[in-house]
Amino acid sequence: MLEILKARLQQGYRTTRYPAGPAPDLPPRFAGRPAIDSGKCRQGCDRCAQVCPTRAIQFDLAARKLRLDSGRCLFCRECERACEPGAITFTREHRLASSTRQALVVTDRAALPPAGIDARLQRLLGRALRLRQVSAGGCNACEADTNVLGTVGWDLGRFGIQFVASPRHADGLLITGPVTENMRSALKETYHAVPAPKIVIAVGACAISGGPYADHVEVHNGAAAVVPVDLYVPGCPPHPLTILHALLAAIGVE
Amino acid sequence: MSQTTSIAVHNGQAFATGDWGDLDVERFRSEVLNAVVKGGRIAALFAQPRGDGAFRLMAAVAQDSQSVLRVLATSVESEYPALAPLCPQAHWFEREIREQHGILPAGHPWLKPVRFPRRGGSGAAAVASPPPAVCGLADFFQMNGAEIHEVAVGPVHAGIIEPGHFRFQCQGETVYHLEISLGYQHRGVEAALAGGPNRRTIHYIETLAGDTTIGHAIAHCRAIESLSHTRVPPRAQVIRGIALELERVANHVGDLGALAGDVGFLPTMSYCGRIRGDVLNMTALLCGNRFGRGLVRPGGVAFDLDDPAVTELARRARTVAKDAAVAVNLLWNSPSVMGRFERTGSLAADLCRQIGLVGVPARASGIGHDVRQDFPFGIFRFAQIPVSTWDSGDVFGRAYVRWLEVQRSLAFVIDQLKALPPGAVLQPVGPLAPASSVITLAEGWRGEICHVAATDADSRFAWYKVVDPSFHNWFGLAIALRNQQISDFPLCNKSFNLSYCGHDL
Repeated sequence: MLEILKARLQQGYRTTRYPAGPAPDLPPRFAGRPAIDSGKCRQGCDRCAQVCPTRAIQFDLAARKLRLDSGRCLFCRECERACEPGAITFTREHRLASSTRQALVVTDRAALPPAGIDARLQRLLGRALRLRQVSAGGCNACEADTNVLGTVGWDLGRFGIQFVASPRHADGLLITGPVTENMRSALKETYHAVPAPKIVIAVGACAISGGPYADHVEVHNGAAAVVPVDLYVPGCPPHPLTILHALLAAIGVE
Repeated sequence: MSQTTSIAVHNGQAFATGDWGDLDVERFRSEVLNAVVKGGRIAALFAQPRGDGAFRLMAAVAQDSQSVLRVLATSVESEYPALAPLCPQAHWFEREIREQHGILPAGHPWLKPVRFPRRGGSGAAAVASPPPAVCGLADFFQMNGAEIHEVAVGPVHAGIIEPGHFRFQCQGETVYHLEISLGYQHRGVEAALAGGPNRRTIHYIETLAGDTTIGHAIAHCRAIESLSHTRVPPRAQVIRGIALELERVANHVGDLGALAGDVGFLPTMSYCGRIRGDVLNMTALLCGNRFGRGLVRPGGVAFDLDDPAVTELARRARTVAKDAAVAVNLLWNSPSVMGRFERTGSLAADLCRQIGLVGVPARASGIGHDVRQDFPFGIFRFAQIPVSTWDSGDVFGRAYVRWLEVQRSLAFVIDQLKALPPGAVLQPVGPLAPASSVITLAEGWRGEICHVAATDADSRFAWYKVVDPSFHNWFGLAIALRNQQISDFPLCNKSFNLSYCGHDL
């Protein structure tokens, strides 16, 4: 018993003060929300699009503008390296979540996407959110960095957000993975087991667009192919801070 | 004419694809069985279409004491006499062969699909009996009798965890048999790797098992480097080694916390959950990503370390070592924890060998196999980490081996940071040698990772085979549950902590 108390003293108080205080330090090489400056683009060189593993980058010929779909992006920075003039850069902005699929597409000087969910749904859910997590082909990275929010470092419970064991106890689903054919029916049934009104949050490039597995015959290119999605959280995987921002936005805290 | 000998290769040694040989089936079987009897372990056993309707059946048997892999092949059309009845290690591999290609390993006791893939086999037998259309929809091994009941769990579980289905045959609280049915995470990785390398290849590798990004990336990059005769700079080798050991520390610490949580011992659970995050943040210091995405690339690593980063990493490693020691040592001094850990889910060494277990579960049963020692690669050829074993084979053994490895890996990291070799970290990679094969092994935090690649005449991957340690070990978990209380399943499961996506590919 004495040893346990001594250990408690040694470990100290380690919960982040975010969002009341500063956010935990992001690593110096962190790749956050991409930024685009089409003015610097050597139009027609196409190198960024050629190196992109998930066809996230397009050059809009009519408008002569670059467009980067952060819902497809793996944040591998290959485009940033390939683009000598620096038309594409990755900023340190961790707020990536969007309530619409369209707003995930980053263009020149694009504002942060809207991360709040439908106002009526948010009123009904109130300041508490119970989620059932379903991994449908996820690689365990999105799952792990969602799970970490429950540790003492983040203490998700203080916001009234909790992951529950049964969909019947949940207000909604947090889905990871590209939705494999082998998980399609289990995901659907889990969704139907959640009482309405319900919220669906798609976390990670796979759950938004299929990620690296996009267009495989074994997958369905993300959660939206099977259930309606209310909130998209880009990343491969998203940093825990990005996921936390999304969850707080869903309950109207951010 | 059939060749009559098989060759032996080192970990990561490229060889002409023709050198797999073409033994007759009986000779192939007897060579594999003999090698296993002499202490060999099947690292890979698989089939590939030959292009003429028949298949090549290939095996790589790891001979730990000699640090070589014996490679051998034979030709089969639609069936061959199964190895599994004489060699339980082959059991899961032969189920995969059946499901991927429709080849019948005749006499195999339980030819149930392992992944329920959408792309069925192409052989005559596959057309005659296609795999079931729905994942998990198949017969389960059943026990009959008064008061026998069956418990079905999954694919959607209670926690934040990947999907799989577990079917228990119980009488009262006692589990007599557990069958594990997977495949829910199947996303067609191996099929998509064929034809590469291309711009998606490394991302498939890094997400094969997302918590083993570094382990799989090292196995893959070593295959590419061997096939392209690329020399990885020493500085990159050290950074890879540091990243691999950080991955091990993060996951082992997380597992020790989760094991504490499963027996309701909250102090260690809370501290380890936080410490695991601290270690992931050390990996993020290397490359910006907590799982090491983007770090290991063919030819070396994509990010160098500057002096302030080296100092900071060493400082954090020492802090983690101290915090983890305080948190974890509480476990061994708490009778309520030890009462649940000891003699739960025991596996004897002989049984582990028979079913071919690798990694922590094997070492916890006294088997001193570790790829870092038996088939040293990269920095581990020059800097050895002592192999950690225990002899109890139970949950305690698997927990304690994790703790031994955490300490030794942290000591390694601190040591390596003291003397990083100077120089470049990335070497350009040329084209791959055509018509060549390579087998690479790496010791991931779960155990032996095996990649087998072969190029075609145009230097593209003709096929690419991945064996995650979980592929060997899921059956071990099922066996460990026999005669245990069903309430001990979460604890046993966590003590193995196997990968669903790494198995399902």
